[in-house]
Amino acid sequence: MNNDTVQITGRNQLLLRIFLVAVFLFGLVGSNLSYAADVGVSSSSVAARIAPVGRVQIEGQEPIPENVASKSESEVPELIAAPRPSRGDYPDIGVSSRAVVWILAQMHLFFGALVLAVPLFVLVIELMGFKTGDERYDDMAHEFMKISLTGFSITAIFGGSLALALFVLYPDLMGYMMRVFGAQWLVYAGLFFLESFFLYTYYYGWKAMRYGNLKWVHLTLGLLLNASGMTIMVLSNSWATFMMAPSGVNEVGAVVGNIWEIMKGPLWNPINLHRFIANIAFGGAVVGAYAAFKFLSTSDPEKRAHYDWMGYTSNFIAILAFLPLPFAGYWLMAEIYAYSQQMGITAMGGILAWLFIVQAVLIGTILLAGNFYLWSGMSRTEGSVRYQPLIKYIAFVLVICFLTWVTPHTLILSASEIAELGGSHHHILGPLGIMPAKNIAVNLMLVVTFLSFQLYRRSDKVATVPWAKAGNALLVAIYVVAMVNIIFLGVYYGYFTNTVYKVGSSVAQVGSTLVVIIAGIVIDSLMFKNAKTLPSHWGKIPDRSQYALFALPIAFTWLMGLMGYVRSSVKTHWHVYTVMKDNSPDNFIPTIGYAGNMITIVTVLFLLFVLFMFWVANLSATKQPKPVAALEGGEA
Amino acid sequence: MLAKTLGFSLALTLVFTLVTYLLPQVEGEAPVEPKVDLGSLTMDDFVALGENLFNNKGTCTLCHKPPPLGRAPDIAGMDMLATSSKRLADERYKGKAKDAEGYIRESLVDPSKYVVATWGKKGTNDSVSPMPAVDKAPIQLSVMEMDAIIAYLQAKDGNEVTVSLPSPEAAAEVAAAAPAQGAAAAPVLAATPEEALQKYTCTACHSMTSKDALVGPGLLDVGARLSADQIRQSIIDPNAVISEGFPAAMPADFAAKMTVKELEMIVNYLAEKKQ
Repeated sequence: MNNDTVQITGRNQLLLRIFLVAVFLFGLVGSNLSYAADVGVSSSSVAARIAPVGRVQIEGQEPIPENVASKSESEVPELIAAPRPSRGDYPDIGVSSRAVVWILAQMHLFFGALVLAVPLFVLVIELMGFKTGDERYDDMAHEFMKISLTGFSITAIFGGSLALALFVLYPDLMGYMMRVFGAQWLVYAGLFFLESFFLYTYYYGWKAMRYGNLKWVHLTLGLLLNASGMTIMVLSNSWATFMMAPSGVNEVGAVVGNIWEIMKGPLWNPINLHRFIANIAFGGAVVGAYAAFKFLSTSDPEKRAHYDWMGYTSNFIAILAFLPLPFAGYWLMAEIYAYSQQMGITAMGGILAWLFIVQAVLIGTILLAGNFYLWSGMSRTEGSVRYQPLIKYIAFVLVICFLTWVTPHTLILSASEIAELGGSHHHILGPLGIMPAKNIAVNLMLVVTFLSFQLYRRSDKVATVPWAKAGNALLVAIYVVAMVNIIFLGVYYGYFTNTVYKVGSSVAQVGSTLVVIIAGIVIDSLMFKNAKTLPSHWGKIPDRSQYALFALPIAFTWLMGLMGYVRSSVKTHWHVYTVMKDNSPDNFIPTIGYAGNMITIVTVLFLLFVLFMFWVANLSATKQPKPVAALEGGEA
Repeated sequence: MLAKTLGFSLALTLVFTLVTYLLPQVEGEAPVEPKVDLGSLTMDDFVALGENLFNNKGTCTLCHKPPPLGRAPDIAGMDMLATSSKRLADERYKGKAKDAEGYIRESLVDPSKYVVATWGKKGTNDSVSPMPAVDKAPIQLSVMEMDAIIAYLQAKDGNEVTVSLPSPEAAAEVAAAAPAQGAAAAPVLAATPEEALQKYTCTACHSMTSKDALVGPGLLDVGARLSADQIRQSIIDPNAVISEGFPAAMPADFAAKMTVKELEMIVNYLAEKKQ
């Protein structure tokens, strides 16, 4: 009782101290404010002469009113145009400045994406564990956090190095960006304190706040960790989108708007959404590789079952986030076209158009690997034999669509080859090279990937509802109608009307794909409620399937690098599009081969750093046995 | 195990890299300002300059392509004289042009004055054009460059070219007007001797490629005739020594306008012209 009293008194004392400090600070602020309010001075001659210098008020006299005219003049912000650096203003360090910034920025973005994504799905998994009472979810969520923890430091190291490199190599650009964004940079820096606080309390408080009401406190910490991380992301996105489509500045780059007008450019939200979704897919893929590696490294059936389940969950997260990504991409490209048709065409129909062949290869790899993993995973359940005959048809559609997607439009040919072909476009394959064919291909690939996923989810269940047959018939009808619609829209509007309708029809194609996905989820969740469950054996999956989990992060990493190249290149020879020209020696769009080399370098670097991250995560669980000699009295 | 997984990952990365090498290796150069010697410019050269601008710096062909690839009317495939007459007579036309030349110029700087049906910005009912004004960033064509494009669009179908060749005075005006584009902007410093010569419109009066006299003497062999100091003096104080037979027409304010770096670049460049 006495102890309680003492504690309460102690708390009160603490509160009192805080209160006194607050009153003191408030007093300081208040006195400054009252001083600020009293600075007007009298109109007498002596006072008027000294007022402009120090705003001194003569004792006993009325305050001098401020000279309104001079105040308004002094308050008119000076419009300063964006700098126009010449070639000589860019420091030459002997290697390409762009290459240095490219590597540092990409590494920062890879790790940034990872550490933003992991806490997001960790929070969801933790919540699932809490709601279902299944502690395996909680353990897995904790393990995900453990393996990504070093990633926060690596992100910060590359972020700091990137900032320094930019200041050294592009001083005029950074000076301009500092001027435009002003105090927002300090808010950005301040958010790291918040994020770090929530990160460490969330991770290290995991076991201390595991059950009951404390779990809610823990989940709240996770939510706040994600909120601060997301805010950091959208703030930094605004710099990139300002450079692509500046807002809040006039045509010579002078700031004319407030910070909100500067941030909220036409591409800000499309990029925010695109990166948000892509980060989840990327993060899921990276932790999936960790699970695959651990699965292959052990022969313990219990551990294999655990890592198989972890790999499956990671793949599920990656593919689920990946499916809506093309739609976010559509929105981004539509906004780019709306902002500047010229910029849109530079990306999609100009010099960068070839890059989308590589993109097709990468996305094709992701979809094939994702599908292959799902098909392999069917061996875990006995009920999957019902669906296995369908796999060959899905594979066939995937391969045909993949080949369509990678078909180039214009071929690089010699004069004799052109004569033999009858032009630079092949008369049959040429039409497959343009966007309508590719829109059909990508939508069909997404539809059949969802089908694979749906079949996998059904393979360990038997529906018991009386309307199961009708439900299946409805689902088949939705698939057939959607696929026919996707093909019809692509062929009719893509080849028999003008470009405006072609772009419009792609939205309807995407709509068809979304209808399949949403209808599939709704019908299955209703049909398999209280369904009979068939036995499922985690860990019973061929080793080769795990290589799909390595292929996913490699393809995702490469894809992110490639899309970074196109996002930055659409600015062509501008640092900040239309307001600040890039006059550096690197103010040209490099060839796709050069970009490929750079992307490979950053992908391999990322791979090595991720291995380090995984190694450090496992190091904490490794305990060196006490040397035998020491046990025997220290005699060697 | 580690070697196997690393090997697989690296091999996959290299496959992706290989794909990039199977594609055409094209570099997207920053637009190069065409160097025009106004003294020896013919109308054919001017039309050719216009064609070059149409295909490159003007970025016109990004959108103006034959169907189905185009995102704007296929200008190269239509007679612009006949087309302009039709559009000027159309009740949807909102501009002030009276002839083809005026119509094309207006379309370049204010494309929404007439939007061809079905090619307008989405949701504007063909009242707003998606085309950027070419005299503004990011394209930033000068008046002379727009004239060259008009000349090309007139000449390509065998029509009469109505724009006149740019005079040295007009070029000087363009050069003088250029910094005014961004009133608050700092002057652009020339990075190369060629840029400096263009910036101060030296080539409007002096030929760099021949000894022939225009307004001033040709400078092809100036390095053989004058020392670096003499060249510097001729620029800073052009009226101190005037070449025989030439008027005292060279501006005397270059010393105030040029930076030391620009002056030295020009002097060194000219001093080496000894042919």
